[in-house]
Parts: sequence; structure tokens; C-alpha cells
Amino acid sequence: MRQLPALCHFLPYTCSQVTNPSIDPLREPMELKTYLGRKPDKLEFDENGRLVTKLTPQLVLNVPIMFSAMSFGSISLNACESLARAATQLGIYYNTGEGGLHSSLYRYGKNTIAQVASGRFGVHADYLNAAAALEIKIGQGAKPGIGGHLPGEKVRAEVSATRMIPEGSDAISPAPHHDIYSIEDLRQLIYALKEATNYAKPVIVKIAAVHNVAAIASGIARAGADIIAIDGFRGGTGAAPLRIRDNVGIPIEMAIAAVDTRLKEEGIRHQVSVVAAGSMRNSADIIKAIALGADAVYIATSALIAIGCHMCQKCNTGKCNWGIATQDPQLVKRLNPNIGARRLVNLITAWEHEIKEMLGGMGINSIESLRGNREMLRGVGLTQKEMDILGIKAAGE
Amino acid sequence: MLREKYERVPSGCAVSGIMDRSGRRFSGNDIIQSIALMRERSNGLGGGFAAYGIYPEYKDHYAFHMFYDDEQAREISERFLNEHFNIAEAGPIPTKKVSSIKNEPIIWRYFALPKEEKLTSSGLLPDEFVAQCVINLNKKIDGAFVVSSGKNMGAFKGVGYPEDIGEFYRLYEYEGYTWTAHGRFPTNTPGWWGGAHPFTLLDLSVVHNGELSSYGTNRRYLNEFGYECTMQTDTEVVAYLLDLFTRRQGMPLEMACKIMAPPMWDEIERMPDDDKALYTALRTVYGKALMNGPFSIIVAFSNGMVALNDRIKLRPLVAAEKGDVLYVSSEESAIIEICPQPDKIWAPRAGEPVIGMLEEVKA
Repeated sequence: MRQLPALCHFLPYTCSQVTNPSIDPLREPMELKTYLGRKPDKLEFDENGRLVTKLTPQLVLNVPIMFSAMSFGSISLNACESLARAATQLGIYYNTGEGGLHSSLYRYGKNTIAQVASGRFGVHADYLNAAAALEIKIGQGAKPGIGGHLPGEKVRAEVSATRMIPEGSDAISPAPHHDIYSIEDLRQLIYALKEATNYAKPVIVKIAAVHNVAAIASGIARAGADIIAIDGFRGGTGAAPLRIRDNVGIPIEMAIAAVDTRLKEEGIRHQVSVVAAGSMRNSADIIKAIALGADAVYIATSALIAIGCHMCQKCNTGKCNWGIATQDPQLVKRLNPNIGARRLVNLITAWEHEIKEMLGGMGINSIESLRGNREMLRGVGLTQKEMDILGIKAAGE
Repeated sequence: MLREKYERVPSGCAVSGIMDRSGRRFSGNDIIQSIALMRERSNGLGGGFAAYGIYPEYKDHYAFHMFYDDEQAREISERFLNEHFNIAEAGPIPTKKVSSIKNEPIIWRYFALPKEEKLTSSGLLPDEFVAQCVINLNKKIDGAFVVSSGKNMGAFKGVGYPEDIGEFYRLYEYEGYTWTAHGRFPTNTPGWWGGAHPFTLLDLSVVHNGELSSYGTNRRYLNEFGYECTMQTDTEVVAYLLDLFTRRQGMPLEMACKIMAPPMWDEIERMPDDDKALYTALRTVYGKALMNGPFSIIVAFSNGMVALNDRIKLRPLVAAEKGDVLYVSSEESAIIEICPQPDKIWAPRAGEPVIGMLEEVKA
């Protein structure tokens, strides 16, 4: 399955010719600002036309891209700090993964998403309240259905303190949350987190893209999540069992299209936000994910490559030569967070420029007009069934 | 080739509108003259008008203007109409033979009120009941098309240059207080009368010059609120968005315009706090209703008219006033043609709606 070409290769997007002018982002405003969170059906106004409705908390992104969950422990503190600083500079968010939040990173809280996963490592009141949003991780695209395993060699003093586990012990998170055996349990955890943070932060629920992802997403929306993150089967990892990594889950393009359509049919798509993840390798992948229905995307592998990852796939050994997936002080210091942050800012800024060029080409000057705009895509070399699920026409139609 | 109803056809266009805010009625001559001047902006493949105040004798009845492909479609539709409505008067809309107008459908008109028992059993308000019936007629009866369905108003449209369409329908014989007109330049030749503008729902009519690059997004958003965009036209999307915001959600018209053509984020940043909160909320909640791409539209309804441009003014729009009369048009010349010395004439800024309301409504 890994060897299959990515589906988005078969989805050319369109651009304006004659009847509709393309818009030049060098000369005209081009808006990428994105609000993630729960939205009401409608706004209410008093008789003087003043707004009465109060919006629930939202994440505000300057670019519809966030850094996906990578825990302190699996990656080094310098890598975490690179992500946190870049997110702050860019006006976006990074995600702690399930490793807790190192005390030195609390100052980046405004741009931090704090994850609550099945191991609950490093989860406490200060951790939750320090962040801008909370994420319950049910599954991840690289290894749906199984838990996590951080080898003891990576659990040194700082990781041990942050995760609140003994030094040198394996950090094993269970496959399911043992307090979530059904959808109503998920609802309880969502509201427990909201209670703990005074309803001041949106709650994200992240699931892997699996066969019945649309129905699950609908349940998550109804359980009270503000944002649904969906992680496709090409999602990266340096430490997942090979057979699982290569055989579980479905392509993110299919999953996003199916979820967007299902939520639309149920009339609740406008109430929640949807984040797509799982191998967003470049800005065109992002454009296509948004046209298929995502509000924003998570990236992780591409972010790590920007700070020096060579994809040698030995993260599990803790001997990362580039100072990223290691806790060995000699290796960690190879990654300078000043340089790491700068490279991440460069990456996202470049993608931002590219997204603006592509949007302008389509005659669109605001990213919200691309969301779920399947008219902008056509299919080449796909079966009719696949195109029906994607909600697109064939090229030439 | 698919009929236009089943395929989206981009068009360029001319639009024009005249409204007497005092409610004084005047004949269709002015609007025909105005739109005729912009002949270069259309290509003879679509023209149409909306007129308000033209049926004072039936002002409380819903006036259905219908196109039928054949007698069978008419029979089926009339069975449907008779089942749901009490019809006060029915008959063909008077037309005149014009050499350039060909292949006209069967064109009928009905003045009708919903049957009490149907209304009660549906549990709907009369307007919603009629809207549902219109959607059903268009969707389910092959060869039938509802041209307009509002009270004391009507749409007159077809395939041809707008001035010829005006003559065909003998619009100089009608008197109304608001008139809008459209000349069309579609990029291929479907030749379907229903595809011409204005597009209407109840008393709301839209004439539109432009192409929405946000069509796919807008359409999916409307789907969520039960609107099925069966016509594949941008104009339909405009009408449904306005219907959703003003009729169903009870929002002020100006606010609805600010959803469809909102200020830029950097402008919102510079606003005073109250406005900043308002516009941030509008864009956050209604982002998918933003209409992107070039457009100038004129929307008319029983008690007013509004003209609106896209956010970066990619299509032309000019407005003028003389006394109680408000003029809006694609070109200044089309206004000067019928009102040589207006009190005021201006090019509305991008995204700034020009709104005219009947005086009695303001009071």
C-alpha cells in the first residue's frame, strides 16, 4: 500500500481563463486566515443590529497549516522548541503529542495544542491550561488501532520529569483509552477537558482515516468536539510496526471527502472544523485537501525534513544523527533551535506564497471559498466510483 | 450536449435596475431602453426582466409565471398547482411575435393562493409553502419551469437580446415601481429559456453579471440548509443565500450583503472594537457564504432593491439618483440614456451595497 502513488496525483486543479480573471497575489489581497472551532448555525442580532451571539473559543491561523503531534521523548527538546518558536512566529499552532509539555516550553502556550492520549503522560491541570487547544488522540494514521511505545533508552531525566514516569522505563500507551469504550465515553472526556479548562479552549478529536471514518466523524461532532482531525494512511512515523504501517487505513483524500459529504448531508458540517493530516508533502497537497473539504491541515514529516530529518527511519533507536529523534545530549545539540525555527518559518512561508498563487489562479482571494469546492478539482485515471466518493468530475467533463 | 439545467455555463452580462422609492409606477419602456444601450455586452442568447407592482388587481396572490416544454408538462404542473392552490386566474402570458425570438416555450401565468388545508397540514408559513412547491415543480416535473412566484411581481425572460424579449412580452404595457433587466453573453449556446436571468424565488429576483469561483463551496453550504441547487447557475446561489439570511434567519439586508462581500481581514483589523467583533464573527461563521470571483448583481424584492459588487470590483457597477428614483447599471451610459441629468451619479466601492427601500417601508 505504501507503494501506491498518492491519490492527489490524480487530482489536477483548475484555473481561471477569460470568463473569470485570475487574481495576482502580488498585487491584490489574498487571504488565508482561518478560524478553527465550533460555529453556531446563525448569528443573532438585537433590534439595533448589534451582535448578540458570543462565539465559542476559536483557533486563529494565519496560514491553514499546523504542526502535527510529535511528543517530547520521541523527538528532542531542541526539535520541540524549533516547532514551538516557528508556530509562534507564524501565527499557527504546534502539537505536543502525548509527551507532556517541558517546563521551558510553557511560554509558547498560546501557540500550543496539548494532546491527551491514552497514556496520559504529562497530563495535569497546568499542562491543559497552558495550551490554546486540547486534542484527544484516538488514533494516528501511521499506526491506527495500536498504542505507542517510547523505549526506555529515550526516557532520560527531562523526559521522565515531563512525562511523570520513572527514568529509563518504557512509556507504553495503550491501544484504546481505557475510559473510552464508546462514543458517549468520548463525550465525557471532551466535557471533562472543557470543565478543567473553563470552556476557554476548543477540543480537537483526532482519529485515523479508517473504513467507516464518516460515521465516526459524525459521532465525534455530535459528542461535542469542536474540531475533528483525520489522519490518513500515509501518515509518517519512525516507530510503527511495519505490517500495521503498511496495511491499515485509507487515503486521506477519500476520508476527507467522505467526512465532508457526510457532515454536509447531516447539516452539521458548518458547525465543526475538519483538519486533514497524513502526508501533506507540499502546498498542492494542501490545496487539494482543502478543496475536498478540510479547513486546515497538519504536517509533521515535512516539518521534520525542513529541520534536517533524512528519513533514515531509525527513530526507534534513539540515535538520530540530526538531533531530532533522540535524547542523547551529544546528538541533541546538533540541532540548533534558532536555525530549526528559521527553517520551519521558511517552509511555511514558501508554502503560503505557493498557496496564494494557486488560489489566485483559481480566481479566489480568500481560502474559505476553496473549502469543499470540488468544482476546482477533476479526476484523471480514477474509477467512476472513486470520483463519486471524492465528489469530483472526470477531466474534460 | 447537456441542457443548461444540467451543466454550469459561465456568462458575461449587462445588468440594469430602476426603482422609484416613492412607489410611483412607470412603464417598462425605460428599462428596455437602458438595457438596449448595452447590446454589446450580450450576445442574443439570453435577456430578461423583473417587474414589481405590476399586478395591483391580484396583489395578495402569488403570481406564478411558468415555462412548459410541451402540453403534457403543462397538464402535470396544473394538476400539481390545482392540488395545492386555489387559482383565481390562469392563462397564457400575452406576447407579441418578434422575428428574432424563436422556439419559445408555452408561457403561462397563474394567480394563486395556497389551499388552507394544505397549508395547515404542511405546518408551514405561506411563503415557505410556496417556496417548497416551486422547488418541487422545478425538480420533479420534467419540462416545467417556474419563472417567478412572488406577489405583485413577475419575471419575463427568454433567449434573445433583452430589448427583443421586452417587446416580445409587451412590457411597455405594464407599470411597476421597480424594474431590473439583464442581457446575457453565455459562453456556449444552450438556448434554454429557463437559463436566462432573472432567477427568482418568491418575490426575490436576481440579475447577475459574473462568475462565482466559490460556486462549489456556496452550493455545499446551501445544501446543509435544505437548498438544492438544481439549476447549476451562480444566480440561483445568490438568490438562495439571500433567502436564507434575510427571510429564514431574519437578518438585516445590509448584514447579508456583508456576508456575501465582506471586508478584507486587514481592514477588519483596523476597525473599532465593536465592528471588529461583528465582522470577525460574520466571516468566521459564514465564511462559506462569501461569494468569490467577479460579480455585480442587482437583487430586487417587494419593498426594495440592492446592487452589490464583488470585494475587489472585478465587474462594473454604477449608481445614480434623481429625486425618488434610484438607478443602478453595468454602465453609466445606460443610466444617462434614460436620465440625462441625475442629481448624483457614482461608482459604488467594491463590496459596498447600494440599497433602495420603498418609502412606506422605511417609515
